[in-house]
Amino acid sequence: MKYFPLIWATLWRKKTRTIFTLLSVIVAFLLFGMLETVDYAFSHPSNGITGANKLITTNKYSITLSLPLSFAQQIRSVPGVDEVTWISWFGAYYQESKNFVFALPVDSETYFNLHQGEFVVSDAAMQQYRNTRTAALVNSALMKKFGWKIGGKVPLHSTIWTKKSDGSLDWTFDIVGTFDAKDPTQASAQSTTLLFHYELFDEARSFGKGMVGWFEERVADPSQSAPISNRIDALFANSPNETKTQPANDFTMAFIKQFGDIGFVLRAILGAVFFTLLFLTGNTMMQSVRERIPELAVLKTLGFGDGKILGLVLAESLLLCVIAAVIGLALSYAALPIIKQGLRGVELSPTALIPGIAAAVLLALIVGLPPAIRAMKLNIVDALADRR
Amino acid sequence: MSEAIVSLRNVDKRYVRGKQSVDVLQGLTLDIPKGEFVALMGPSGSGKTTLLNLIGGLDTPSAGEITVAGQRLDQLGQGALARWRANHVGFVFQFYNLMPMLSAQRNVELPLLLTNLSSAQRKTNALAALTLVGIADRAKHKPNELSGGQAQRVAIARALVADPTILVCDEPTGDLDRKSADEVLHLLQILNREHGKSIIMVTHDPKAAEFAGRQLHMDKGALLEAGVAA
Ligand SMILES: Nc1ncnc2c1ncn2[C@@H]1O[C@H](COP(=O)(O)OP(=O)(O)OP(=O)(O)O)[C@@H](O)[C@H]1O
Ligand SMILES: [Mg+2]
Repeated sequence: MKYFPLIWATLWRKKTRTIFTLLSVIVAFLLFGMLETVDYAFSHPSNGITGANKLITTNKYSITLSLPLSFAQQIRSVPGVDEVTWISWFGAYYQESKNFVFALPVDSETYFNLHQGEFVVSDAAMQQYRNTRTAALVNSALMKKFGWKIGGKVPLHSTIWTKKSDGSLDWTFDIVGTFDAKDPTQASAQSTTLLFHYELFDEARSFGKGMVGWFEERVADPSQSAPISNRIDALFANSPNETKTQPANDFTMAFIKQFGDIGFVLRAILGAVFFTLLFLTGNTMMQSVRERIPELAVLKTLGFGDGKILGLVLAESLLLCVIAAVIGLALSYAALPIIKQGLRGVELSPTALIPGIAAAVLLALIVGLPPAIRAMKLNIVDALADRR
Repeated sequence: MSEAIVSLRNVDKRYVRGKQSVDVLQGLTLDIPKGEFVALMGPSGSGKTTLLNLIGGLDTPSAGEITVAGQRLDQLGQGALARWRANHVGFVFQFYNLMPMLSAQRNVELPLLLTNLSSAQRKTNALAALTLVGIADRAKHKPNELSGGQAQRVAIARALVADPTILVCDEPTGDLDRKSADEVLHLLQILNREHGKSIIMVTHDPKAAEFAGRQLHMDKGALLEAGVAA
């Protein structure tokens, strides 16, 4: 590229301005890269340790409709399904409704078998839990938050389930121990979780007996998830309780999406960043061409055609934007581990940085084209006369 | 009389700005033989730069025929004119018009970017041109590190490097002191005499005009009779 020295020298004609413009574009693309990866993460749920081998079976029409507990036997019979457990939505809070507690009635046998190796629970606590009908295992972060103690009793208010005995919504559990997620990326996801016995729940509640909120399955081979899901759903097709089985992550994502479309928010931020860049870089390019009118006139005098002049200015804009974008995206790539810490359980991929380069090229063309066209249309005689 | 390198027939040049129009050149006819060094003189606003721009193919006439180096310029479009300029004309301006961020050598190489020469050949040719104008030792210097006279010599090297048929200079010594001016004029004289370059130079300075082989005088868009070649 024989024009490179000319373009490069032109780019650095005003060093300070170029450096400041570069820095702004770098920072913008750093942000761009980080948001892109996060956005990517939300649209491509984790394929990591957690989740890939888990399926969730819900009522086909709504996750709020329940399913018969008896389905568990049939699901277990499906080849490829290692374990099945069942859970219901308890919807609890402690004292005040803002103190949300993610209390889950779980079947101790199958639940802990299905999540084998995922929790840190002492043997003593587990023993105690199995032996106590009203026992609860509580995440240690939740314990700390409300100042609960092992051995203490904790009253929870359910928003759904009344008790058969007295018709009240207040349930009391005995805290027998703590549990934590082994995978630190899961820590905050489970920071409000309290587990208690499904048997207690099913016996004590005044309605819904024998029905469960959803089933969770662990499959031996995650690559077989789709056919296994189909086989499970086929069991109950045309029954009064048709099912929908999907990867646990999709289920989680559907859950997260209810709290607002994260992708939309991220894209809105990116839009604002890009918009600011357009003005900033566009102004720099315009100014730089304006200052260079006599020089551009000389190039034209020497016989540089319209196409070459257009190309030179566009190339300068491309060089500026792409260099800065590559630096910014490289920095955001370097920042990936930090983002990963902050976002539990999401997979971050450097391929998400590729759209960044495309965005840089687009930016360069948008901000480069107006000054390039202006330079191209320059009337030599008038431009030269300005100098005299 | 040898063949004409520049030949104008009944050339008119009118500038139109909105509703206003200015007739700058009217019915101008002129022949400049190959290998001549012509000084074009005249009061400010008489149309010297306009005439020079027409000869150099920077602008096109409103009427009339212009033939330079065997090419009818009035019949060429913008793109063809640009290519023609690259091959046939070297320009020298009063304020040198060098690229401030490029070294002298890179400035001189600019016209060669439009050729198929390799990077090494471009460098060799640029250094040869700088040597010819006597300033090879400043090849690595930027324009702001050069004196006016030196900068103008770099500009002349740039005008020469692609070996044009004709050199077109608009007040090349207008911004120089006497000594530097004389050096530049002497250089132009050598280029004319020893290298056979045809040169047309606009100047206000009668002393500068003396370096030329012939003087043409313009007034109000027309050539004075005395200036027309016999
Ligand atoms: N682009 C233009 N548009 C309108 N008028 C123009 C244009 N260029 C030149 N003129 C007019 O044409 C006339 C001749 O201008 P030109 O620049 O050729 O004069 P000149 O002889 O070179 O003068 P000077 O010695 O001051 O450089 C002037 O009246 C000028 O105002
Ligand atoms: Mg003039």
